[in-house]
Amino acid sequence: MTRRLLLIRSIVLVTAILGLNYVVWRWLFSVNWDAWWLAVPLVVAETYSLVDSLLFGLGMWRLKERGEPPLPEEGLTVDVLITTYNEPIDLVMATARAALDIRYPHETWILDDGNRPEMRAAAEAAGVGWITRSQDWVDMPRHAKAGNLNNALEQTEGEFLLILDADQVPEPQILDRTLGYFRDEKMGLVQTNQFFVNVPDDDPLGSQAPLFYGPIQAGKDGWNAAFFCGSNAVLRRDALMQIGVVRYADEMALKVWRNLYYGESVIKKARRQTPREETLVRDALGEVEQAVKDARERLGRGEAMFDVTYDFQRTVEEVRRRLVASDLEVMAADLEAIAALEEQSGEGDGSLVDPQSVLERMSHRDWSPLGAIDSVQALVDSVNVDRHGEAQAVMPMATISVTEDMATCMRMHGLGWKSAYHDENLAFGLAPEDLETMLTQRLRWAQGTMQVMMRENPLTQRRLTWGQRLMYFSTMWSYLSGFAAIVYLAAPVIYLVFGVLPVQALSSDFFIRLVPFLVVNQLLFLVVANGRKTWRGQQYSLALFPTWIRAFTSAFGNVVMGRSLDFAVTPKEKRSPTGPAWHLVRPQLIAMGALVVASVVGVARLAAGQAGGVGTVLNLLWVAFDLAIFSVIIKAARYRGFEPVDAPPAPAGPTEPTTSSTHTTSHTPDRASGQSHAEGAA
Amino acid sequence: MTEFHVDTTASGIGVVRPEGRLNMVAARQLKSVLADLVAGGTHRIVVDLADTSFIDSSGLGALIGGVKSTRQQGGDLRIARPTEAVLTVLDLTNLTKILRPRDTVDGAFDD
Repeated sequence: MTRRLLLIRSIVLVTAILGLNYVVWRWLFSVNWDAWWLAVPLVVAETYSLVDSLLFGLGMWRLKERGEPPLPEEGLTVDVLITTYNEPIDLVMATARAALDIRYPHETWILDDGNRPEMRAAAEAAGVGWITRSQDWVDMPRHAKAGNLNNALEQTEGEFLLILDADQVPEPQILDRTLGYFRDEKMGLVQTNQFFVNVPDDDPLGSQAPLFYGPIQAGKDGWNAAFFCGSNAVLRRDALMQIGVVRYADEMALKVWRNLYYGESVIKKARRQTPREETLVRDALGEVEQAVKDARERLGRGEAMFDVTYDFQRTVEEVRRRLVASDLEVMAADLEAIAALEEQSGEGDGSLVDPQSVLERMSHRDWSPLGAIDSVQALVDSVNVDRHGEAQAVMPMATISVTEDMATCMRMHGLGWKSAYHDENLAFGLAPEDLETMLTQRLRWAQGTMQVMMRENPLTQRRLTWGQRLMYFSTMWSYLSGFAAIVYLAAPVIYLVFGVLPVQALSSDFFIRLVPFLVVNQLLFLVVANGRKTWRGQQYSLALFPTWIRAFTSAFGNVVMGRSLDFAVTPKEKRSPTGPAWHLVRPQLIAMGALVVASVVGVARLAAGQAGGVGTVLNLLWVAFDLAIFSVIIKAARYRGFEPVDAPPAPAGPTEPTTSSTHTTSHTPDRASGQSHAEGAA
Repeated sequence: MTEFHVDTTASGIGVVRPEGRLNMVAARQLKSVLADLVAGGTHRIVVDLADTSFIDSSGLGALIGGVKSTRQQGGDLRIARPTEAVLTVLDLTNLTKILRPRDTVDGAFDD
């Protein structure tokens, strides 16, 4: 173990002990039950923050700083896939040209979800492949970027895929620096850093995520849980395809089983509703019911799903044919009678329908009398292994979330693949330059993460190790900080204005337990960050509380109540600046106003002798801290976009106009990574 | 459930307008509606398919049966305004020869 890791582990351990010591004491001995309506939310928020801190510490425990990568094998086949939807052609082409210059032999493709002729022309002129959705996708769910990639996976064949957002300009050595990890045959993914060139040093919008693309990913890597973040990553095609196939098989099996299980009652009901005189149909339904029973039995004996469903469909087909045939018999007799009439009257040509061909055609499921019974038809359709209503049967990239990357990666880990985080800037991208775009993007990431949490909660994924489950959960947990933020804002305001204290006493006990914890917690940050700036991240984790809360509620509405996520599409072009965007951060401004007013009231109450000195001073400090956190919002609202001062630190991507469509931008879990905010209490 | 609107025009033409899916169950109803009309002396009938979203072999059978019984009485059954879904089935089965779709209900007996 390196000395650095030893130091980190020591601090993690001390932080955990001090944190538990504080929070347990808070619950057991210091909650002011007389003011439970404030005291309980506060201690819950503090517990939330402690868990956040413990999860962070768990990651740091296995911090894996990989250093120099292994050299790649020669002769691997690689596709470089550049995803685009509506970004300007020039911007995409700048990325594509840089991709052509990547040194390791590869093929370059532009995945143009916008199906733009001018994009195609530009790609072809530069000698870059151009892929757009195939015919299969017409009228099918498109699944945004995940669908775009899935479509391309069917049309390309390299063993490895480098995935790049349209604005991520790669370095020539990007593959040389990453492919070596795949010498390990179980390695499925290598994620590299995401760095943005159009961001000033003080990063007003918190675009860079130095703590995430650094210690946090390296910590997850230690638990074999480094995340896929949608861009600047190399994936093994095999791993992706396996996800798709396994997923397909699982889903089909589940669907077929479920339908065979409920099928009988559906058919019985349909039979009851069929009039007695329709004996043919009633008999037919009886046969379908028997077919359901047989299929279930055969599956129970372990026969192959494909055989059983095939035979089931054949049986039903026969039943359909018989029903149609009996209708046709009557029809044929009628037609003969009609022909006879026409001959009498001397009109008509008498050449009528060929019953056999009609039989063939009408036996098609939609047009047989069996098809008329919707519930039975739906059942019959579902006992099949095709994917009705999807463009592709096998979809490697997960489509359960608007952030396909996290869900896909979790499934990959579930199948036993490894991932690696390679901490190096190998592509240079563009970040949103205005508050509105930035807020939309963060909302989308948060929503996507919440969707995964609610649809495929990592804690219940039996194929993941516990370390992996906790690493995934850790990121999701950090997105719940919005609720804690409200409490941390309200508590000092309530004390200063009304004098309600959520703790029993501001005793020395309190300070002795809290302060050391806060200090070591910050120390942990300082050590793991190793010179990286983490303050912005800490600020935004609290300051964007309305976004986090909205992400949670809208994802809940989507997953549980089946409502639309209704996330807005990010504006395509940079807004012409029309003054600071105060309207986007109204809740934060109100909160800041309340903090300031409360401080004034608090000081007045102190002067009037209505409030205690220690409590007031402590809460004023807390207010000052909250205001320091929220000050970033003012800065962000006033930000007018990037103006390069010196030469940019990287091969300059186009800086103007900035685009960032939520459709394609990758996912940077926004982890405030921290809890400095957490443990104020008084 | 499929509904049937039945009208008789001034010139004595019966107009039947099934609404919804003309399937097995509805076909039986249609048969009896048509039979009632014929029995009541209405031998010229237009089936207005503007609101028929679906037809299966039973539904087709009912229409053909109607053609037969009206023609036996010297009248005819014609269909008007079929929807895309219905037209597909008619084309597929080659039945447009007997059941040539007319564009309007009023003009269905003009030729």
